[in-house]
Amino acid sequence: MRYLPLTTADRKAMLSVVGAKSIDELYRDVPREAYLTTLVDLPMHAGELEVERQMGKLAARNVSAGSVPFFCGAGAYRHHVPATVDHLIQRSEFLTSYTPYQPEIAQGTLQYLFEFQTQVAMLTGMDVANASMYDGSTATAEAVLMSARVTNRKRIVLSPNLHPHYAETVRTTAEAAGLSIIEGNETALDDKTACFVVQNPDFTGAIHDITPLSDAAHAKGALLVAVVTEIVSLGAITPPGEMGADIVVAEGQSIGNPLNFGGPYVGLFATRQKFVRQMPGRLCGETVDAQGNRGFVLTLSTREQHIRREKATSNICTNSGLCCLAFTIHMALLGEDGFRKLAALNHDRAVQAADKLAKVKGVELMTPTFFNEFTLKLAKPAAPVVDQLAKNGIIAGVPVSRLKPHDKAAQNLLLVAVTETTTPADIDALVAGLSKVLS
Amino acid sequence: MMNKQGRPTTGTATNGGELATISGHRGLDREVKLIFETGRPGACGVDLPEPELKHDRLGGLRRRGAIGLPGLSEPEVVRHFVRLSRKNYAIDYGLYPLGSCTMKHNPRLNEKMARLPGFADIHPLQPVSTIQGALSLIDHLAHWLKLLTNMPAVAMSPKAGAHGETCGLMTIRAAHHAKGEAHRTVVLVPESAHGTNPATAALVGYTVEEVPANERGRVDVAALKAKLGPNVAAIMLTNPNTCGLFENDMIEIADAVHKAGAYFYCDGANFNAIVGRVRPGDLGIDAMHINLHKTFSTPHGGGGPGAGPVVLSAALAPFAPVPLILHGANGFELIEDDAAAKSHDAKPFGRMTAFHGQMGMFTRAMAYMLSHGADGLAQVAGDAVLNANYILASLKDVMSAPFAHSGPCMHEALFDDSFLKDTGVTTLDISKALIDEGYHPMTMYFPLVVHGAMLIEPTETESKHALDEFIHVLGTLAKEAKGNDKRRFEGAPHFAPRRRLDETAAARKPVLRWTPPAKAQAAE
Repeated sequence: MRYLPLTTADRKAMLSVVGAKSIDELYRDVPREAYLTTLVDLPMHAGELEVERQMGKLAARNVSAGSVPFFCGAGAYRHHVPATVDHLIQRSEFLTSYTPYQPEIAQGTLQYLFEFQTQVAMLTGMDVANASMYDGSTATAEAVLMSARVTNRKRIVLSPNLHPHYAETVRTTAEAAGLSIIEGNETALDDKTACFVVQNPDFTGAIHDITPLSDAAHAKGALLVAVVTEIVSLGAITPPGEMGADIVVAEGQSIGNPLNFGGPYVGLFATRQKFVRQMPGRLCGETVDAQGNRGFVLTLSTREQHIRREKATSNICTNSGLCCLAFTIHMALLGEDGFRKLAALNHDRAVQAADKLAKVKGVELMTPTFFNEFTLKLAKPAAPVVDQLAKNGIIAGVPVSRLKPHDKAAQNLLLVAVTETTTPADIDALVAGLSKVLS
Repeated sequence: MMNKQGRPTTGTATNGGELATISGHRGLDREVKLIFETGRPGACGVDLPEPELKHDRLGGLRRRGAIGLPGLSEPEVVRHFVRLSRKNYAIDYGLYPLGSCTMKHNPRLNEKMARLPGFADIHPLQPVSTIQGALSLIDHLAHWLKLLTNMPAVAMSPKAGAHGETCGLMTIRAAHHAKGEAHRTVVLVPESAHGTNPATAALVGYTVEEVPANERGRVDVAALKAKLGPNVAAIMLTNPNTCGLFENDMIEIADAVHKAGAYFYCDGANFNAIVGRVRPGDLGIDAMHINLHKTFSTPHGGGGPGAGPVVLSAALAPFAPVPLILHGANGFELIEDDAAAKSHDAKPFGRMTAFHGQMGMFTRAMAYMLSHGADGLAQVAGDAVLNANYILASLKDVMSAPFAHSGPCMHEALFDDSFLKDTGVTTLDISKALIDEGYHPMTMYFPLVVHGAMLIEPTETESKHALDEFIHVLGTLAKEAKGNDKRRFEGAPHFAPRRRLDETAAARKPVLRWTPPAKAQAAE
């Protein structure tokens, strides 16, 4: 077996040092009735070539986004990732290291985490950010729990235009933690409310000035949690931090990370300086070493599970290290100019697509404002239309009914995302496809 | 010696070790500024077409003012991160004996498989007819996990170990609620548990009660039984436990837990010690998360991403969260909402995350499992246990191993600091001295049940030669700690990119981001 260095002779020599006759003897604490004497009924080991063949067969049964005109978004976006990113994250020293518990030999990881935290704080317009969560949806759940800790209140209000799967994730986590969740607008705020959760651009793609919401929340002593599922949007629109948000959570997948069928992604979490000690997750901080040289360490770990156990601010341990490295590298390549241009390009293509699609008979554009994703109302239910177009080699977008199956008003709605990877020919193909299916 | 051109061809042993360099760099180890300190406006590492847009649809919310991101060209970005990478220890570089963390070789084949466009470039919400291969892969991985654990069901979506614990306890909570037993509010956790266990129990709304360990490093079964009552929802037990020992009373514990109407959650962080040899389902376990990034070698990536699928017993299976993957008439179906799940007799407690879990980790784990097969996986566990016992046997006399008297260990060897008594040398000093010797230290000060713990997990991917070298170094350090010359330990590490870092100062006045110099000054 190519990954196992011990030879039969090694094992024999080592067993004699240990004082055992066989490896089986080392398992003597296992109750005999539970110790297997035969192998589990699975195939035997296989060489690289054989594994590649088996995996390749499964991969070939999927339609990859890059092979067709492709318009899915709803919390996961297809962007171009520079070759440099994937090369650098595969360097052994990044790929095969652990959480930086020994800072003297983990400055590489720690410094990029510090750079990542700075980038996230800048993008969101907040003071500080943590070293990542699992993804945008779990980061939103953590933000809700944090707002309950900060305010010592238990009532959570979710905007109706929060991504339905985010809302379900929050509901699942928060209800177990003893919080009550309601859906509503700012009129639902009261002086028992811990936070109002609003997505911007919202689930339909529409952009809002959330400043009045922040003011309304603050007037009741509640926090405003802003959710961003498309981080590229912050290259074009006012960040939540400039509109009064107290916590900003986001899905960072768009920068540096492929679609990966939904994971692994990278959750971004930013807040105000005054709430730092209530934050979940790892934090990297600057310090000096014994010779006075600048260095970085994991800090404020008294918030964390390995120190505080049941009193920790979160149970998170492993987070999204390598995905946030990909984010950091891609963002470093983009820089101010590149990131703004990328955002403008996305918006540009989306506007072109929306205008062309709105002219198709049986299609109505429902979102007058948007960044790179908008909602169309079709003359027919959207799900079968999407299935029909998929058969013709066009992945037209996400039918809203897939995420809101019980909402009759959503049946004919289609979410369409357009990024810099979408070509004019892709847009024309969607226009032609929709025209045909809707006629 | 000189060659004909006057170039010296032999080295001279002049002293220069303490010499400060002009640049601050020391040979291959370079000081690296932050990207914010080297970037400047106008530089960019990507080429994008010019947007044509004349009128935006941003509703008057166009971003104004600079974000503050630095500009860098591609070669500068490459150098920055390559230089940073050289400051990291890695399993590809050497033995990484972090107990409980399972730093084993990460095969590159798995990376290649995860990057196939058919896996990496598919969207979680594209039509189900276009992702049948992906669902098949997840189903295939689930099948392997179920067979290896002898459990009937598995929830695939949790994103890491702690997320899997959350999922497991929420499943248990849902099962109790369904039986009308919401009054069960206590979760029992041994004092040797990972910190995530009590943190998870608290997150899910439970009160945590600790169960002590006995003198053999196992759960005190009598104390456990005394705590089992009508208010107990579950016990969370790690097996093999964090002392690196198999809980030999597992079946008795499971019986007692079930008799009391509670469920048995197992922290599967150490499944790598028993995979292919012991199936948790045969021990009476109701739920267990499997860290794919430990047992099945998806890379740790400097702190993630991981994946934490949870295997479930028949009693808990109906309560697993959405999404569910089912075999339908037209291939695989993806059940994403509660109502649809109910029509399939499922009663999901909710949803753990927006999408379907860590596909990128599933593909890597699957490639790892196919490579090893049933025979290889049993050998993985056996060799991991043999390597740990070899370390325990080789070092127990020169160090102190509190539970060595109770028999063989599993995949990790636990030492305490009693051999350092009155030496002035601490577990931390030993760890930092190991850094100078070219090793990543072991897990230190965990588990909490022994004083000054040193938990060593070599894994199965170390050769005997590598272990012999490590044993020689650690054994010699232990002897020197007890001797008169302690210079090696004072202020170690000496040869790392940084000396010991001031963690107290970092926590007292946290600096968590770079701030432009002008702003930083104004803030003071």
